[in-house]
Amino acid sequence: MLQEKKSRTGAVVGLIFAAVMLLLVIVLENTLDLPSGHVLYSVLKKGAVYSLVAVSMNLLNGFTGLFSLGQAGFMLLGAYTYAILTVPSDARDAVYYLFGGSAINFSLQEVFGALFGNSGAGGAVSLVLGVLLAMILGGLVAAFFAWLIGLPVLRLRSDYLAIATLGFAEIIRAVFQWQALGPITNGANMIIRFPNFSNFNITNADGEVVLYLSSFVPLFIATVCIILIVMLINSSYGRAFKAIREDEIAAEAMGINLAKHKMLSFCISAFFAGVGGALFAMFAGNAQAMVYTSNMTYEILLIVVIGGIGSVSGSVIATFLYVACSEWWLRFLDSTQAFSSPTEPTRIFFIVLFAVAVVGGALMLIRRRRRKGEPFWKEVIVWVIAAVLMAWWVWFIVTGALTIPFARTGFRMVVFSIIIMIVVLFFRRGIMGDKELTDVMARLAKRRAVRKAGKEAEQ
Amino acid sequence: MDYAISVLLSGVSVGGQYALIAIGYTMVYGILRLINFAHGDVFMAAGLMMIYLSASMPLYVALPAAIILTVVLGFAIERVAYKPLRSAPRMSVMISAIGVSYLLQNTATYVTGGQPMNYPTIPGLSSVVEIGGARVTWVTVITPFLVIVLVVALTQLINQTKVGMAMRAVAKDFETSQLMGIKINTVISIAFIIGSLLAAVGSMLYFTNYPYVTPTAGAMPGLKAFVAAVFGGIGSIPGAVIGAFIIGICENIIKALPFDGATNFVDAFTFVLLIVILVAKPTGLFGEKATDKV
Amino acid sequence: MKKVLALILALSMALALAACGGGGETQETGNAGNTNTGTAENTNTATGDNIIKIGVFEPLTGDSASGGNKEYLGMQYANSVTPTVEVGGVEYTVQLVPSDNGSDTSKAITAASQLVSENVALVLGSYGSGVSIAASDTFKNAGLAAIGVTCTNPNVTAGNDHYFRICFLDPFQGTVLANFAMDEFGATTAYCLGEQGNEYDQGLIAFFEQAFTAAGGTVIKDSFPKNNSDFTSYLNKAMDEGADVIFTPVSIAYATQIMSQAATVGVDVPMLGSDTLDDNKVLEATQGTDLQLYVSTFYQEGGDPDFDAGIKEYINTNADAMTANGGDDTIAAVTAMGYDAYYVALAAIQAAGSVDPADIKAALWDVEYDGVSGHIAFDDENGDAIRDTAYIKTANTTDNVWELKTVQTVAE
Repeated sequence: MLQEKKSRTGAVVGLIFAAVMLLLVIVLENTLDLPSGHVLYSVLKKGAVYSLVAVSMNLLNGFTGLFSLGQAGFMLLGAYTYAILTVPSDARDAVYYLFGGSAINFSLQEVFGALFGNSGAGGAVSLVLGVLLAMILGGLVAAFFAWLIGLPVLRLRSDYLAIATLGFAEIIRAVFQWQALGPITNGANMIIRFPNFSNFNITNADGEVVLYLSSFVPLFIATVCIILIVMLINSSYGRAFKAIREDEIAAEAMGINLAKHKMLSFCISAFFAGVGGALFAMFAGNAQAMVYTSNMTYEILLIVVIGGIGSVSGSVIATFLYVACSEWWLRFLDSTQAFSSPTEPTRIFFIVLFAVAVVGGALMLIRRRRRKGEPFWKEVIVWVIAAVLMAWWVWFIVTGALTIPFARTGFRMVVFSIIIMIVVLFFRRGIMGDKELTDVMARLAKRRAVRKAGKEAEQ
Repeated sequence: MDYAISVLLSGVSVGGQYALIAIGYTMVYGILRLINFAHGDVFMAAGLMMIYLSASMPLYVALPAAIILTVVLGFAIERVAYKPLRSAPRMSVMISAIGVSYLLQNTATYVTGGQPMNYPTIPGLSSVVEIGGARVTWVTVITPFLVIVLVVALTQLINQTKVGMAMRAVAKDFETSQLMGIKINTVISIAFIIGSLLAAVGSMLYFTNYPYVTPTAGAMPGLKAFVAAVFGGIGSIPGAVIGAFIIGICENIIKALPFDGATNFVDAFTFVLLIVILVAKPTGLFGEKATDKV
Repeated sequence: MKKVLALILALSMALALAACGGGGETQETGNAGNTNTGTAENTNTATGDNIIKIGVFEPLTGDSASGGNKEYLGMQYANSVTPTVEVGGVEYTVQLVPSDNGSDTSKAITAASQLVSENVALVLGSYGSGVSIAASDTFKNAGLAAIGVTCTNPNVTAGNDHYFRICFLDPFQGTVLANFAMDEFGATTAYCLGEQGNEYDQGLIAFFEQAFTAAGGTVIKDSFPKNNSDFTSYLNKAMDEGADVIFTPVSIAYATQIMSQAATVGVDVPMLGSDTLDDNKVLEATQGTDLQLYVSTFYQEGGDPDFDAGIKEYINTNADAMTANGGDDTIAAVTAMGYDAYYVALAAIQAAGSVDPADIKAALWDVEYDGVSGHIAFDDENGDAIRDTAYIKTANTTDNVWELKTVQTVAE
């Protein structure tokens, strides 16, 4: 089921869409009356970082069919490379305070600073160049280690490859946590005080921010990287990757060098994961090995599958939904919610939402059962559960109770994991399947055109 | 000397507990080709259920009740989260397993309020005994023997009974066994039931030794047990058990090494060992020749 | 059809959540805050314009949840005792806004920005230094002051002017414990065990080592991986190497395991712990054993009888508070510190005479307050509390209570 070549209009529409979104972010960040550091911006930044990593994982898992769980390890390599190379030399003693200073005593932006100057426009140029170079080096280091580990493990079959790469990530983490390497990696301590996204805000002479770019920068870098990945996927290499995914033997018979292409995909994926790791360090403002655990890889894998294996736009959409849902929209469930009166709008909203969710969910399940012709008792169970929930709903309205039940610390994550299970069970191909956003839009447009034509014909 | 004995004993005991979890992994993988990421969390849930049950009823009721509930949990997870996805891509099923693992961990956090919960003492098991000058709990001594008994029983079940034959058939070829009239759903359920049963027993041994249960308590034993299963050749029960003992003992030897910083690489060493074995023998120590069904 | 229905469901959900999450009308009374108590009714009847919000940035889930919940408990109790503050002649109702950082530095940033979005006046927390350092920049960019309650790592306050703290620092704590080990037990060999890659554990061990080796002792250091449960080999190793003390500055979840296994292994040398080990779960793990456990901490029960009686009553009459405190009414030092932090925050708001975060930040430098844990004032350099005493407690394993061993000071 190789897809036919994407139309050129799809690519143009996608590019324009991305450009408009980026512009919108700049405009919104500078005009919205929200405090700097509002959770909206945090979600945008984290979403940008994770979407790049998710797309890089999708390149490997979705487009090449190699099941790797090493993404957190590659992110760690990128993050540390970036952090080690960009901590300003005058901050090094404070950052590496346990080890009496750092073994590396320069930072890339200072190296460029010697060429372009350290203040004003020259300072900005050297900052941008230093950060970019460090980020690319981070990616290269990750790609180099991917090459090293890829030599032996890429021969392994699917699940064995997964567990070997997972193990590799754990090994890397242990190495970076080793106190003996402290003068370079700062041991267990975080590396801090390197340039992060807020350094890209343009300030005037008094240090006041004139133009906020801190959300735009990560989104822009992620967009550029994702466009590069998409170009790769649509190139002849990308077609070779997809051929390997569909059938290794057939691909080999067609003259595709399996080892070479697998390694290429693995290293490129690691490169972008490394860049993503550098971005993550910038987002977090620190680099610490403890963060890059296998849980992070699982999180990204969840995003890839929820978005749709083999869909770049699916990964991006799923990332933002995932981050916003888990860290923002659901957060109110973590504390007891008391409405101020029975007629408060949010309470009414909650009531309506609850009813829609229960009735809608029950109807969906029942339709499913009838279509599939499963036994009747399953339907009965759905009826009973729905009836109990609605009975509680009636009770909630009648008594005028003022708190959302169960909401206390940790409830957010319970609800979130239930949502994930629902998505996984009922949308098994993910939000987008293996389609892209541009495909869906094109199909909708076509359908509308057909309908319109039909109407005209009737008249 | 007694130091060496105590390290070895810890290793054997830890290995035995990994083995009990690893069997669950290896059986499910053998049949479904699914890495059941939720298995370690079922193990944790078994511990938590035991704590809450023993708070309200005597131990001799709570103990079997906890085992039964764990089995029910394992069965329900398979029916709700894996069975509907039987025709879906394999990645979806694995994600479903990760989702269940998230759900169990988060629910445990919600229920316990994030506090480490104290596991009840099971009389006899947690009393201390001295062997060769090393002080260990009875459970440390019992574990390896219990594991051997259980493994022998299990291999008998698989090799001698009709159910066992059905299991082997399903593991060999999913579709053909279905055509031969084997009810694969029943067979899969039985695999999950046995796996959860062993996880419940394993959790009793484990938490008697390490008596505090946290929501992530199952994560590390789960991962190690899985590594053990891969190490020994996934799908092979004796392989999983031997792999678990090797990993348990190696791990404890590294913890005891006198070099500065060696303990930093306890987990890393396990994975290095795994990668080396996989590269040398891609199907693990006792794995069958790849019957690839992709 | 199915897709459309699902889309509608998802959309309405997203909208609802955005409305709830962003809406200011909903009252948050905190997790252990019981709607039957006076506080909640107060916030419910209060008109919207006279509320001042204090952000609580704590690990309510994850590895440090036990400590985070207890610290938050102290703040909630303080809030129930003094629910209002007068600013420039106007009475404001204080509302605590909790945000769970999950003991995870990668989740800390969004948790912190959640507080920024709620327009809090200042922030209290966190338990655990790593999450505090991670969130520091978010508070800085938003112009918020933060008061660290029990984060002891030097890097929390170093080099910034918005993070304050009311507890002592790790270099001090490490020295105190090293001196204590030498003076009290004549120890010459110490075995240190910390979690691999944990900034708090490894930092404190490094400071302990500096002081201990400077005084002529030798230190054996080991680390265990995250989520490790089996400590018997480590403890056996410590015994085999002839350690005179075992120093384990680890999170509560690990400390409980270490204590119960130390009892099995038959550790007969003193065990030393840092402020994290001052927790009733750890105490419970030593109950009925022969262990000698000593911990350095900020407050000893009995230091302020009125506070003790008040908070015990609060815990015993409130089921959620009881759960947060781990099922009994032993007072943790972090609870007392949380209580003090709340009053320091109120003092800062009053001194500022304004609810503007920038004014409060400026006023904090000169705030002085006599709390239950002692006198609190900030130094001019980093905003660290000027503290020169640590309480060393020991676990009474028969009665399951902490006993004050000594009050240790360090001459600079």
